[in-house]
Amino acid sequence: MRSLKWITLLLSVVCIFCSAGCASKQSAETAATVTVWHWMTDREPAFQELAKRYEAKAGIKVDFQLYAPSDAYSQKVRAAAQGNTLPDIFGILGEKRDFSSFIKAGFILDLTPYMEENSGSWKNNFFAKALAVNEFADGNSYGVKAGFYGVPIDIMTIQMLYNKNLFKKLGLNPNKPPETFQEFLDIGKKLKEAKMQGLVSGWGEVWMIDCLANNYAFNIMGEKKVIATIRGEVPYTDPDWIKVLSLFKDMQESGVLANGLVTMINKTAEQLFANEKAVFAFNGSWCVNVYKGMNPTLEYGAMLPPAASSNYPMAIWGGAGSSFMVNARSDRKEEAVKFLKWLTDRDQQAYLSEITNNLPANKNSLNKIPDILAQFAKGMESATHPNLWGVSEYSVVIETLDKGIQSIIIGEKTPEQVAAEAQKMKEREMAKKRR
Amino acid sequence: MRISIRDTLENYAFVLPALIIFSIFYIIPFINVFLYSFLDWDGIMRIDSSNIVWFTNFTEAMTDKIWWQSVWQAGFITLIALTFQNALAFLLAWACDREIRMKNFYRVIFFIPPVLSEVVVGLVWKWILDGNYGILNSWLVSLGFPNLVKDWLSDPNTALTTLAVVHCWKGFGWGFLLFLAGLQTIPRELYEAARVDGANAWQSFKKITVPMMVPVTVLVMILTVLGTMQIFALIYTMTGGGPGYHTEVPVTRIFASMRGSSRFGYACAQGIIFGVILMIVSFIQYRFSKKAKA
Repeated sequence: MRSLKWITLLLSVVCIFCSAGCASKQSAETAATVTVWHWMTDREPAFQELAKRYEAKAGIKVDFQLYAPSDAYSQKVRAAAQGNTLPDIFGILGEKRDFSSFIKAGFILDLTPYMEENSGSWKNNFFAKALAVNEFADGNSYGVKAGFYGVPIDIMTIQMLYNKNLFKKLGLNPNKPPETFQEFLDIGKKLKEAKMQGLVSGWGEVWMIDCLANNYAFNIMGEKKVIATIRGEVPYTDPDWIKVLSLFKDMQESGVLANGLVTMINKTAEQLFANEKAVFAFNGSWCVNVYKGMNPTLEYGAMLPPAASSNYPMAIWGGAGSSFMVNARSDRKEEAVKFLKWLTDRDQQAYLSEITNNLPANKNSLNKIPDILAQFAKGMESATHPNLWGVSEYSVVIETLDKGIQSIIIGEKTPEQVAAEAQKMKEREMAKKRR
Repeated sequence: MRISIRDTLENYAFVLPALIIFSIFYIIPFINVFLYSFLDWDGIMRIDSSNIVWFTNFTEAMTDKIWWQSVWQAGFITLIALTFQNALAFLLAWACDREIRMKNFYRVIFFIPPVLSEVVVGLVWKWILDGNYGILNSWLVSLGFPNLVKDWLSDPNTALTTLAVVHCWKGFGWGFLLFLAGLQTIPRELYEAARVDGANAWQSFKKITVPMMVPVTVLVMILTVLGTMQIFALIYTMTGGGPGYHTEVPVTRIFASMRGSSRFGYACAQGIIFGVILMIVSFIQYRFSKKAKA
């Protein structure tokens, strides 16, 4: 009986230490491979196929590991950084401030020497705006050494979409989407009469509200003033910001927004638009693949958000859709860089674009893309992105603005109240930083 | 009987594996959370290069109106769960404890919602409650109540209560199971003796069932409070805390601090404050239950 007890005890101790043993074994197994972590469910089969092709060509195994959804992926990357277990190649989801923290903590390799070698042949393959998202300029406010720290694997633009069939039913020209904000609001009246739903988007996830609000801020006050606001030189209570916030009130009152928009997640918005239950959508170029899967016969077009002012051109968010970074502490960083060079080469980019319907980051691969993707690609001319501005707004200020816009849409707050709340939050954060 | 040193060591040795596991997965993380709450840490930088801000995170959380709004909203959902959900669970358990047809079938049916994933439940109910194409609104119209049609989750007047009702639907099965187990432990002889003494059904319920069920009721109430105050997945999938801040609860705020704002130090401070609130509530409940038992 006594010996049985001791055997039981021994087994328990063995069980506890087994997990550590498993981890070591796993490390040994992956020693000969380049490991890539990503969150892109739709691209997983294409990545696996490309990994096979690369192994056949270069003799190096590439292990793509998918961790979805993106929230879970994001937490995994942060936890791995703390545990020093990041893979050879990984992506970062978040603001440029988070990106800079990873760099400053020594987790990300400076790719500038690789980009610049052979007269910049690798760098010159990319769309400039796509690469700029991963670039830190001289004297940047994040305190990061100037250089390129990531490789874009595709580009995206976030635009408005309209359903051509529903346009016809409303008596509108399907080849002439609204160009001015007033024309857009006027469609709201027709929507009400026809009992149709207007604009759908993932505004329950708030960052997409931020995106549209910024588009209109650029249109109404121009880039300089927007960036001056982020720097704290212009208050959110400025009349131009009130105008931006008032646009959401106008949209709600005109009936151009779909019901339930403030708690709508983007997946629901995509389903509604793909199933022809909404006339407009505000979505990124990744939607082409999503809509194709949901309704291959959907007839739609892409358009810039209708301009609310003629003072400045309308700007939309665009640039690198997804990027990969190389782990600066990896033993296989040279192999990782070589693989990324191959992955972003023309043929591989064309393959990725063909299979996943995403816009390629390599500008030499744009030859054969569907018409709707070409419309999204055209949007790159008007593209901007917070990661290109050189300064980042405080996250809590963005949240206050975005939640405030939700409150404006449900008629709970006025644009002036929301602007005052955002400014108060901004001043609080700036005071904290000064301390 | 004297216990030898060898036996004592042997006993400790058996406790050791559990103690190691408990320390690794509970005590050490708790200490870390406590220490991180004093830092201005974004979850990425090395801990030793983060600024120590001492109690700034705590004072900020204590003065954050949105945080306290989220606590009150979780309290509201808890109140609905304590009353409506537990009353429903008790009534159904009481019904299934009696000699009714197909009672085993009902027991299985009532226990289905708790075993479903909260995310799945959230998505299904989101679809049912959809303001444009949801079945609830379509039923209301076909039953002749078009004036009751609402955008249940996007209207600030109904969003929180709607979530509370869905939470009750999802959670009443646990209470049902515990109440049923409690009811089955009451000796049948007590009811027979009461009947012989001329007690009617109501008197039997009041004088036998209710007092005998006090310990189970206290347990169910404590579990309801702790479970409901920590509600997250259902809200995350159904409203994301919106519209505005109308359905935010403490865990969604902690998540927003971590994920949205990259303020891990602040999120840790929020977590500790929330833990203290739960401990206080549990302690008060425990004191009340002791009084009730006495």
